[in-house]
Amino acid sequence: MTTTYEAQAPTTTPEVGGMGHARKRVEDARFIRGAGHYIDDINLPGQLWLDIVRSPYAHARIKGIDDSEAMKVPGVAAVITGKALETYGLHWMPTIAGDNQMVLPTDTVMFQSQEVAAVIATSRYAAADGVAAVMVDYEPLPVVVDPYKAMDASAPVLRPDRGEGKQNNHIWHWESGDRSATDAALAASKTRVKEHLYIPRIHVASIETCGCVADWDAVNGHLTLHMTSQAPHAIRTVLAIVAAGAGLPIPEHKIRVITHDIGGGFGGKVPVYPGYVLAVAASFLTGKPVKWIEDRAENLQADSFARDYHIDAEMGVSAEGRITALKVKTLADHGAFDSQAAPSKFPAGLFNVITGSYDFASAHVEVDGVYTNKPPGGVAYRCSFRVTEAVHAIERLVDIAANEIGMDPAEFRMRNFIRADQFPYRSPTGWEYDSGDYHAALRKAMDLIGYDDLRREQAEKRARGELMGIGIASFTEIVGAGPSHDFDIIGLKMNDGAELRVHPTGKALLRIGSQTQGQGHETTYAQIVAEELGIPASDVKVEYGDTDTAPYGLGTYGSRSTPVSGAATAIASRKVRDKARKLAAHLLEAAEDDLEWTNGKFSVKGSPDRSKTIGEIAFAAYTNYPAGMEMGLEAVDYYDPPNFTYPFGSYICVVDIDKGTGQVKIRRFVAVDDCGNIINPMIVEGQIHGGLTMGLAPALYEEISYDENGNNLAGTFMDYLLPTAMETPAWETGKTITPSPHHPLGAKGVGESATVGAPPAIANAVVDALWHLGVRHIDIPITPQKVWRLLHERGIA
Amino acid sequence: MSTHHISLTVNGAIREADVEPRLLLVHLLRDVFGLTGTHIGCDTSNCGACTVHVGGVSAKSCTMLAVQADGLDVRTIEGMADGAALHPLQQAFWDQHGLQCGFCTPGMIMQAAWVLAKDPDPSEAAIREGISGNLCRCTGYVNIVKAIQQAAAEIRAAAETQTGAAVAAAG
Repeated sequence: MTTTYEAQAPTTTPEVGGMGHARKRVEDARFIRGAGHYIDDINLPGQLWLDIVRSPYAHARIKGIDDSEAMKVPGVAAVITGKALETYGLHWMPTIAGDNQMVLPTDTVMFQSQEVAAVIATSRYAAADGVAAVMVDYEPLPVVVDPYKAMDASAPVLRPDRGEGKQNNHIWHWESGDRSATDAALAASKTRVKEHLYIPRIHVASIETCGCVADWDAVNGHLTLHMTSQAPHAIRTVLAIVAAGAGLPIPEHKIRVITHDIGGGFGGKVPVYPGYVLAVAASFLTGKPVKWIEDRAENLQADSFARDYHIDAEMGVSAEGRITALKVKTLADHGAFDSQAAPSKFPAGLFNVITGSYDFASAHVEVDGVYTNKPPGGVAYRCSFRVTEAVHAIERLVDIAANEIGMDPAEFRMRNFIRADQFPYRSPTGWEYDSGDYHAALRKAMDLIGYDDLRREQAEKRARGELMGIGIASFTEIVGAGPSHDFDIIGLKMNDGAELRVHPTGKALLRIGSQTQGQGHETTYAQIVAEELGIPASDVKVEYGDTDTAPYGLGTYGSRSTPVSGAATAIASRKVRDKARKLAAHLLEAAEDDLEWTNGKFSVKGSPDRSKTIGEIAFAAYTNYPAGMEMGLEAVDYYDPPNFTYPFGSYICVVDIDKGTGQVKIRRFVAVDDCGNIINPMIVEGQIHGGLTMGLAPALYEEISYDENGNNLAGTFMDYLLPTAMETPAWETGKTITPSPHHPLGAKGVGESATVGAPPAIANAVVDALWHLGVRHIDIPITPQKVWRLLHERGIA
Repeated sequence: MSTHHISLTVNGAIREADVEPRLLLVHLLRDVFGLTGTHIGCDTSNCGACTVHVGGVSAKSCTMLAVQADGLDVRTIEGMADGAALHPLQQAFWDQHGLQCGFCTPGMIMQAAWVLAKDPDPSEAAIREGISGNLCRCTGYVNIVKAIQQAAAEIRAAAETQTGAAVAAAG
């Protein structure tokens, strides 16, 4: 049984295994045997366990914490409270968004399941017993759940710790584009469509939860932190800064962060959670290794959360069916602490890419961040900073506008797409799209699914009273943060390193600053080296995740690995090749300019039999190098991307709706993606399958909602519904390939495209099935209950 | 807390332990026996990362007490390969890119083995239903289904070869 994969034609043999080869994954050898090394598999001698007492209230004053019974529990070694941490100045920690977050509260809890105290014990079970025995006396306070009410002048101020002039619940205001030009263009438009969209709060819910083992070595003054982090180097630097602020003797050169195998990240393993800090503090206090492993309920109730955008959008359309302008006003619910992982200058991330795949002149986008009594918001859910919210809004508006003016949504998109000859294209909010061919991608998707036949079938079914819908989404992503002139996180430029060493026998070691969570870096990065140097991918070992050995990097999220770290690997390989050229010239007694590089060897122009392979050159680098040259064959590169990359695609979804139950059944889903040149088409395909499923999830199933008292209503997998194999359709995929003009490999990144593109395709299909009944919009997740209610109101269900 | 002495067979070897009655089977396997291939992904039996075989039947080891496995035969992912020779399901997951982060994989393979034990030639729908108690966040299940189909075909072919050989030997 073989599967064929689409990619650009490889330039290397399958034995070398460079770009475009569906190379089987190196890391799978351990995973299929159960020999992976995940955080809960780490156990150190003398290790203690940490478990956390959490608040049942969303907002309450802590009147007292009594740990006397807990301390009597066999095995309990210590109970840590906020008051205890306060003596070290560790009860608050800075967030990467420039806010502060409680590690443990000294007087007030801000959301349900917030950390209140930590119990340290000799076993997992004893720590849990200790947690059950800690008595906390709470005085409930008024709860603010609705972000609009949070903005009322009469709302309780949730964060009195903020300074003068900030005694309200407004965190920040951010805007982009030209307000007056947009207003004028809207006023001049023949048709104006408006919609309010709520993009609900969701959680990445990787199957492995978060955790760490903190190991403070008091004798050597050295901290080793084994943890689930998508960005180990950034964590090391943040820890060093926090420790310095607290006056603790833990400088950065004595901190080693090690990330082993990660059981899924998707953005949820970027932030620093209080549990990590508590484990470090507990190890520091006890002098022993301390392990903290979050359980699923804690994961779904108290990490950081994604989305939670309340969007009002208005689009103008001309008499010719051309989009004229887009105006967007958004309220962003960031919970009790602004702990989002966004670049410093971009509190709403890249949300102003909201003009999408369409060519029009005027746009204005505003976002206001708000505090509520919920856990922190604003981390990613497998998407580049706020791009999913943007794409959902523009793709819903485009469908509403097409339907309002009576034009087929495919025709409306074709009429409004940025044309291939317009790239590089400057968007009205200032982004420079690097490349694309949006017409080709949509045309391919329409051909693959048989669009015209489906429309005919739909008309026939509609005449019989059956509900069938066809939905399109033509998204543009913006990934690979980011160019150093604008992009940093806590001041750290968002570049990434690659360090390549070629050994005397021609084998190589590549170390990278990005961090796989299942993307297959051990496989694909070796393919990049193979592509550039002709060293077989199987001869290249790829290492990452240990801050003592890997080069600095800001980690893996926002589809930035290939665009940034992959580019660094290509450039480091080319630096090695530059030295290899000098060595070859020496060995062949030829001028460097007389040499040409093909198929992993340098040969003398016109005399192809006079050549030296990369393996021969590597040996000479240690045995026979010219006078004045340093021994060895290695290079380092830190890549500063000149621009983002802009993957894109067109997705088409066909749904049938059960009139009796409101159940939406996805009959077919075709995804045509363009991520530029492809490193490993098998892995690209897998990323798209997974991304589509994480797009299906919030479209139909997942939502973290709260009642009026701030109780989390989806705090377990019984209530927070991840798609199983039963709900997930057999995804159909297709490709177009438009190489990035500025990326050294022409690649663009792919991990998140499908998560971004799938939800509006599904939502558009459902609304398409119901438009003739007067349904304009349904907020995701589109549950059977929501659809049934709409049908029932119309006398159909 | 009082402890109970239990004795069970794990991947063909007899293992004994003194355990608290509340100890979960998954913690016995992972923390006491060091078999960390079996993972924990939820507290509610929804995710299936902890799936093992107990007495020849698929079981979620986070929802069983260790003492309930006393005297029984337990098989985990570590018992699937025969030395260096992978089980057909392990090979098929590798061939078909049926895994990414690898965290759900051991449970998924154990559940797939149980699905194929019950029905050596399942339809795609039967495979999807059979693994619907195991969550994967990375793959979108497409390649997991393909992997189980590949393994099913290989296991059936091997069984036919064996049967044929037996018939030839008897004849």
